[in-house]
Amino acid sequence: MTDAAINLAPKRRVQPRGALVAKFFEWICFAAATALLATLGGLLISLFIGGWPAFSKFGFGFFTSTAWNPVTDVYGAAGPIVGTLVTSAIALALSLPVAGGVAFFLVELCPAKLRRPIGTAVELLAGIPSIVYGMWGLFVFAPIFAKYVQMPLMMAAKPGSLLEKLTTGIPNGSGILSASIILAIMILPFMAATLRELLLAVPAAVRESAYGLGATTAEVVTTVTLPYVRAGAIGAVMLGLGRALGETMAVTFIIGNAHGFPSSLFDSGSTIASTIANEFTEASSPEHAGALLALGFVLFIITFAVLALARLMLRKQEIRL
Amino acid sequence: MTGAAKTSEARVVRRRITNIAFQAFCILVTAIALIALAAILWSLLTQGIGGLDLAVFTLSTPAPGSPGGLANAIVGSIMMCVLAMIIAVVMGILAGTWLAEYAGGSRYGSVVRFINDVLLSAPSILVGLFVYTLLVAPFRGFSGLAGAVALALIAIPVITRTTEDVLSLQPKTLREAGVALGAPYSFVIRTVLWRSAGAGMITGGLLAFARISGETAPLLFTALNNQFFSVDLTKPTANLPVVIFQYALSAYDDWRRLAWAGALLIAAAVLGVTILARAVAKEPSRS
Repeated sequence: MTDAAINLAPKRRVQPRGALVAKFFEWICFAAATALLATLGGLLISLFIGGWPAFSKFGFGFFTSTAWNPVTDVYGAAGPIVGTLVTSAIALALSLPVAGGVAFFLVELCPAKLRRPIGTAVELLAGIPSIVYGMWGLFVFAPIFAKYVQMPLMMAAKPGSLLEKLTTGIPNGSGILSASIILAIMILPFMAATLRELLLAVPAAVRESAYGLGATTAEVVTTVTLPYVRAGAIGAVMLGLGRALGETMAVTFIIGNAHGFPSSLFDSGSTIASTIANEFTEASSPEHAGALLALGFVLFIITFAVLALARLMLRKQEIRL
Repeated sequence: MTGAAKTSEARVVRRRITNIAFQAFCILVTAIALIALAAILWSLLTQGIGGLDLAVFTLSTPAPGSPGGLANAIVGSIMMCVLAMIIAVVMGILAGTWLAEYAGGSRYGSVVRFINDVLLSAPSILVGLFVYTLLVAPFRGFSGLAGAVALALIAIPVITRTTEDVLSLQPKTLREAGVALGAPYSFVIRTVLWRSAGAGMITGGLLAFARISGETAPLLFTALNNQFFSVDLTKPTANLPVVIFQYALSAYDDWRRLAWAGALLIAAAVLGVTILARAVAKEPSRS
């Protein structure tokens, strides 16, 4: 019936070729964009459903218990969760001053000729796959670290002192602090590059007037340019933190993979990501797999919160990285 | 008066010393970062070159003690990365185009943009878990296909983002000129905008490729590994990152040597593609 109606209508304007395609094209572009949303939603839902058995069985104890026993199927995630937070926090504390220094150097001090090569070199650090960091950490960094840092520190620690408490463990080069240092090296280029972009976006007039008033480089950076980009700088730091939280392979190589609560800087530990990487393919029981998926859900929530905050901060500065 | 002069002089000295300390600190930490890069590249080269020979490219992964190479892993990695890139390029360009050209200032557009930014730095191991529950568990089998999907999910946000960025940089007059000639907007996008933004989009693709070719975590539970040579992506598929992971943590010297050789290959590929991407972008040097 509708066909007839169309045929009877007087022939008016001919639709341009591709007009139908235009609608279709817009529609598939929209579908692709929506698929992104679906990916994030699917990620969240699948981890939650997969982890539900663990959440419902262990309840809140899942977050507070350090028991992780695949034999008796009792799982508590406190060890990996604390390991994740501690390694990321130490990594951030180590990496932040260095990233800031690199960014300030590139923006304020570096001779123009060296700017691009050094900037590229720092960005190359970001391109190195994390598994390479892991191998380097385990085979090159760890022996050196054990010999020149761990041993002397443990020798120097007086019995009963805080230092002794912090440095107990086996001086084999792996452990919480080693993992944090490798993480710090890994997140350094991201933070340095973001900070550099932010500092470059400070209007030249602002910076130059500070110099014109006789401010030294240190004063320009600390009192003018850094406050100017404060929100963005916090965002850059959170972005680095987000990377550190989810980093898997490098940490798996060097953290020592023990499930308990890490008791010192040199103690073996684990992070959420390293636990999943180590155990998921060998998960013997559904409970074990469920507990690992629940861990994944926890990691997702933590990183999502951090990344979302980072993006909001960066958006304030109208910088997208 | 002399007192005031003295304090102001002392202040100048103090400021100067602070400044020198600050500058020294900046130079020092930059040197540390560069040394770290050099140290990593150096150990990659020295440890990796020793293991690199023809057998690495012609033989499959060996049992400990017998001669072997990484041929199956190299082929598996290439197949998965290529498949992942095909998926990711299609999805990423379409999604990026929607964000840049159709979304406008709509609320939904900014939500998608935000989600994409989050996905851009989401932990890759979670993507692996997701694809496991999506494709591996229901079909009861690890497969190269699942690995490729996991890699694609990591590459898509990168491509979406760069596509959106380079399209937004195209001048508005370009779009108006096309539409004024009577072409449907989709036609203008495909024949005018994509073409003029081409170099930038290729850069995005290369960066995404560099990103996924070194990814290990998402492949652990999707592609798994395969000791033998196979081009069947519906079965577990050998791939360089996972082989490196297993061999590096093994107790056998020859396996570790292969792991270093593989790590060198991956790092060289990733760094090579990154540099290529920068060359394509030819980004104007900023002061």
